[in-house]
Amino acid sequence: MALTESFPARDLSAFVISRGDAEEGVDLLVKGARCAACLRKIETGIGELPGITQARLNLTSGRLAVRWRPGRVTPDQVIQRLDHLGYAAAPFDPAEAKSASDREGRRLAIALGVAGFGVGNVMMFSIPAWAGLWGQEMGVGGRTLMYWMSAAVAAPCALYAGAPFFQSAWASLKRGKANMDVPISIGVLLTLAISFSETLRRGPHAYFDAAVSLLFLLLIGRYLDHQLRSRARAAAGDLLALQAPVALRLDVQGAEHGVPLREITVGDLVVVKPGDRTPIDGVVVGGSSELDLALVTGETAPERTAVGARVPAGALNLDGRLVLRAEATAEDSTLAEIARLMEAGAQSKSGYVRLADRAASIYVPVVHTLAAGAFIGWMIAGLDLRTALLRAVAVLIITCPCALGLAVPAVQITASGRLFRRGVLVKSGAALERLAEVDVVIFDKTGVLTEGRPKLVEADPAAVALAAPLARASRHVLSRALAAAAGPGPAASDTRETAGEGIEGLIDGVPARLGRASFVGAPSANARETELWLRIDGDEPVRFRFADELRPDAAETVRALEARGLEVRILSGDTPAAVGLVADALGVAIWRGGLLPADKSRLIDAIAATGRKALMVGDGLNDAAALAKAHASMAPGSAADASQNAADLVFMGERLDVVVAALDVARAARRRALENFAFSALYNLVAAPAAVFGLVTPFIAALAMSGSSLAVTLNALRLWRVGGKA
Amino acid sequence: MNIVVFLAPFSLLLALIGLAAFLWTFKSGQYDDPAGDSARVLFDHLDDEPPRPPA
Repeated sequence: MALTESFPARDLSAFVISRGDAEEGVDLLVKGARCAACLRKIETGIGELPGITQARLNLTSGRLAVRWRPGRVTPDQVIQRLDHLGYAAAPFDPAEAKSASDREGRRLAIALGVAGFGVGNVMMFSIPAWAGLWGQEMGVGGRTLMYWMSAAVAAPCALYAGAPFFQSAWASLKRGKANMDVPISIGVLLTLAISFSETLRRGPHAYFDAAVSLLFLLLIGRYLDHQLRSRARAAAGDLLALQAPVALRLDVQGAEHGVPLREITVGDLVVVKPGDRTPIDGVVVGGSSELDLALVTGETAPERTAVGARVPAGALNLDGRLVLRAEATAEDSTLAEIARLMEAGAQSKSGYVRLADRAASIYVPVVHTLAAGAFIGWMIAGLDLRTALLRAVAVLIITCPCALGLAVPAVQITASGRLFRRGVLVKSGAALERLAEVDVVIFDKTGVLTEGRPKLVEADPAAVALAAPLARASRHVLSRALAAAAGPGPAASDTRETAGEGIEGLIDGVPARLGRASFVGAPSANARETELWLRIDGDEPVRFRFADELRPDAAETVRALEARGLEVRILSGDTPAAVGLVADALGVAIWRGGLLPADKSRLIDAIAATGRKALMVGDGLNDAAALAKAHASMAPGSAADASQNAADLVFMGERLDVVVAALDVARAARRRALENFAFSALYNLVAAPAAVFGLVTPFIAALAMSGSSLAVTLNALRLWRVGGKA
Repeated sequence: MNIVVFLAPFSLLLALIGLAAFLWTFKSGQYDDPAGDSARVLFDHLDDEPPRPPA
């Protein structure tokens, strides 16, 4: 967390929003701010910086807008201040932030508000008119007056609230296709037209209320669906912001400039500071350090690099400042290669047809044939044009596609809300549907089955206590793991750290060294193992061994998945020996190690070719292509940004059993959706013939429509109990 | 029955005021940060206080 404070200021001027001479500012994404106290702490803390004119945190989206008088503050000072307060922050690209404003959502919400107004108020006139239908005191004149008033309320509301449907229907017709919005639009417009003509003729039945309440119910569904997608889009935008495509370029005078990544060309010198990721593929020309390649290759042990070594993009620099000479531009780097594989995967996935669309492709022709059949049939049977048309319209109204338009979004928003409480972000409703269909689960090893960071193993507590003071003084991953094992206590004095070698200092006045074998002068027994050596003064060196431990519930999760009839496999980029150990410990029979990113995505293809559907759970950049390609995919919140973007679901926290919970919820959601389809099929089986035979009055239509919508929504809400405690 | 001619438009007018109020709350960004707004009510200082003088 406190990475930024110990290093010189970064140049983040690319992110500054400037409004002339009056004001400058930056938009930041703040991680971990969740409560009123955080809000207060952040806003007051930032407000105390000199020259700040505004600091406002949006607690819902986690975005902090800071404005200041030009020249008084730099974005980096703000970020450092936040870091001191205990919050990690990353700047937003101003262009990115602007595009995040959600125009579609606003339009739907306003349409929903208008439709809600229409539904509520048209009833004021519909109910007296219906009351008059049973021969009470209201005469034809009174009823017609009521219908005119309903028309005055409902028609403008229906036309306004229906606009999103009409536009989408028109756009789809122009492309020569018919989506769900076509029958909805035809139904609404035809209903309005026939109701006007009935009212003009002073007839007994007008359906103004049906037109607007149909739109109201459908808009609820559409709004829910939109909320689900925009939440995922916002999360994706946050990820993009965190990638902060800025590289530090070194000019001939030796000064560092933050420049957009795309401006880096081959031969440029790029500085990579500790804690940063390498932005491009390059060769080290200055400095030495240890690199964490876990997200690039899946290898757990940090790799030592020095001048002359080749470094791929996406590696995390652990301890020393590195200068790289760019060997490829950002577009040609390893990262971009992976991005291309991901794109190909996403395309293959877009062929998936959502459940509701599949149902609609059956529903639409059936209903339209029925309505047209009723019209033609009654004409032949000798009814007049007006009655025949009225009965055809009644068919369109009563077979309201609410089960498709409302029930499925209601199921999916309930399911994703359920999972959100368990720390799982669902990116789309389609993702949930695909997740419910999988029969093979593929895990990556590093960072998914294991915790992805080294932990001290088989250590003598006395030795740990001896080494702890030195370990506490160092920021190196292994030292931190050692310090974590020892718990809180004093730190060594007069420490000096050599990047990639170790740390030396005084423990109670006695000189001591902690680091690699060569640093303390010990024989290196096994170079492949992750180890740290301690030597106090002239004593015998002590060895500490580190290993990437399995997540505590990994074995339990594998068993739970197998109990649900799923096959579990492991595909990893780590060495076969390391993967084999994990597979044995978990009892997984099918595993492969030493895989390249392209190998993983090929193996996913091979599974798909046998007709099976795979869920990929992975975190590394090397998994990104496989994540994009798999039928469904999940990534932990600690995963590489690209992988989180590629995955359908992202889960937070240390526990792996959320994979099981997500599967359970997805399967339950699918069951609920199918139940709702079955219910609405049954409902239509009764309602449609009734409409054909002219038994559906506006009153019955209103009851049936809201009743069936209520039933499917309540059924969707039953999902709230699935998948264990929140 | 005559009273309907007065009451019906009047009730519609009331409802329209409600709709206009909804649109106003929406356009003035009152749904942008529900979590933050519910937290801000707990603070002593005014939410729209003028900015503090430059230090």
